[in-house]
Amino acid sequence: MARFISRRLFHLIFILIGVSILVFLMLRLIPGDPAHLLVGELASPQDIARIREKLGLDSSYVYQYFIYASNLLKGDMGTSIRSNVPVSQEIFVRFLATVELSIAAMLISSLIGILAGVISSVRQYSIFDYFSMMMALVGISMPIFWLGLMLMYLFSVKWGILPMMGRFTMGLDYHVISGLVMLDSLLSGDIQLFFNSVKHLILPAFTLATIPMAIIARMTRSSMLEVMSKDYIRTARAKGLSRGTVIFRHALKNAFLPIITVIGLNFGLLLGGAVLTETIFSWPGLGRYVVDSLSARDYPAVQGCILFFAVIMVIVNLTVDIFYLYLDPRLRIDGKG
Amino acid sequence: MAAPLLEIQGLKTFFFTRKGVVKAVDGVDLSLNEGETLGLVGESGCGKTVTALSIMRLISEPIGRITEGSINFEGKDLVAATESEMRKIRGNRISMIFQEPMTSLNPVLKVGDQISEAIQLHQDVSKKEAWDRSIEMLRLVGIPSPESRVNEYPHQMSGGMRQRVMIGMALSCHPKLMIADEPTTALDVTIQAQILDLINRLKERVGSAILLITHNLGVVAEVAQYVGVMYAGYIVEYADVITLFKEPRHPYTVGLFQSIPKKKGSAKRERLQAIPGLVPDLLELPKGCKFQDRCSRVFQRCREEAPLLLKLNGSHQVRCWLYE
Repeated sequence: MARFISRRLFHLIFILIGVSILVFLMLRLIPGDPAHLLVGELASPQDIARIREKLGLDSSYVYQYFIYASNLLKGDMGTSIRSNVPVSQEIFVRFLATVELSIAAMLISSLIGILAGVISSVRQYSIFDYFSMMMALVGISMPIFWLGLMLMYLFSVKWGILPMMGRFTMGLDYHVISGLVMLDSLLSGDIQLFFNSVKHLILPAFTLATIPMAIIARMTRSSMLEVMSKDYIRTARAKGLSRGTVIFRHALKNAFLPIITVIGLNFGLLLGGAVLTETIFSWPGLGRYVVDSLSARDYPAVQGCILFFAVIMVIVNLTVDIFYLYLDPRLRIDGKG
Repeated sequence: MAAPLLEIQGLKTFFFTRKGVVKAVDGVDLSLNEGETLGLVGESGCGKTVTALSIMRLISEPIGRITEGSINFEGKDLVAATESEMRKIRGNRISMIFQEPMTSLNPVLKVGDQISEAIQLHQDVSKKEAWDRSIEMLRLVGIPSPESRVNEYPHQMSGGMRQRVMIGMALSCHPKLMIADEPTTALDVTIQAQILDLINRLKERVGSAILLITHNLGVVAEVAQYVGVMYAGYIVEYADVITLFKEPRHPYTVGLFQSIPKKKGSAKRERLQAIPGLVPDLLELPKGCKFQDRCSRVFQRCREEAPLLLKLNGSHQVRCWLYE
């Protein structure tokens, strides 16, 4: 197992080199100049040239990449052009907001998605099956910004049950411990802040959960249908096991491989930030940060974010693979658990 | 004489498909006493497996349904039993071994867990005791070093071993009846003999009756005391094994015996006899006897009236107008 993980982490080095070169080049190939954007329309060419020199944009791409890469090796992702704050710091703060939102969205989508998929499969062609699969289709096809705005309109504006935006109500006392508001509020025993942040999380999390939920439900249904027709399910029933045991112990564990793949993939995508959802609900996450940085041509910030996503994706995939080994003993090459 | 352990009367199991009603089991009568072995023989698609699954009430509803008849087991009609009553019988009083050992065990659970799960469910024992009993069952079915094998997954075992595990699992709760659905078909010949021998020995030890489903007359001769020959959904001939092998009466049974290749060197080598034609389409069964189109001795009455199960001498019964 340790060898498996270390080999995968070794691959990560090459992925990072590739990603860093690609992003570096692509950013410089798109039109727009950070110096220009920084000093504004009316700046003189001399001012722009001065800024370019200061940012190191006047040297060749090869040299620029060399400087960037050597700084990276020292653990320095550069400083944001816009805010002059180290990129790693900016990413970290926003990443925690994204993590909170992503975990909530994945919990909602996995729980509801798997449950709906399982019920649909064991009651194939029932009203529930048709209904949930139609909902899944609607969930996949619905534009996320529209759903977000609708939910906001209904729950915040019309009925006033849930807050509209942000991570918690401004003015509440918040002691930063880890940066995850919910966790910190529990750690410091601030129940009011905890419920406040949960309330703030519900709408964006649900909005973000719809598409993964629909995909997970459909995947669970098809995977379960396949497994339920297997011989070993008949064996399990012939033993006199209850329906629940047959479904959850014997079938679901076998059906889980494709489901966990979809969950992992979606979780990885969510951790990269959700631009639309974060924008609608003013959630201070990574998605908005990347887009804002991109429009300002904040090269170091964008480069940092993309590299960070690559690492996250690799880690999520690795976790999924480890789950595979846990779920399916046939994949354990050495034969040991 | 005491009442038989299992008595099936007029069992009909139909599948209601889009193309029409498939009469997979169409009036099966059988009885089996405690500790006896009954062989159920017939070609593919004649309803042997569906009969077995009907006894277990594992027909996939709502497409398949038992429409008529009764299955009396230990004085209880299984056709009328509720699902929760059936769950207490399955794996406990009646257990079943399937044809495909390679796919009949759950690939993601340890064999020990798969055996002990049934023991824990039906017997009042702790998890630890059930686990120890699983090891004991593996030892009983002849799996070497059961203490370590119990922790293995099915893919770490060969087909023969997996079938042994299935047998161990089936016998773990000392069932009164064990249904073995083609238990040796998927195995190679030397393993087949071992598995048959194992079933025979364990049957004596546990005292279960066995309903052995097979298309192999050799297997029947080896282990069964009584034989039922099935054709297109019903029993065409029933007798004790010696009578059936000595004096087969139904033209279909006679045909089956003729289609067994003779040993090399025994008299002249003849051309292998086969029964002409195919099993009738279960969607469009002919009026009268279902075997009429393939029968060499067919006459007018066979085409008009479905034959009844006629009693010959002793337990010998045959469904053919020739013997009225």
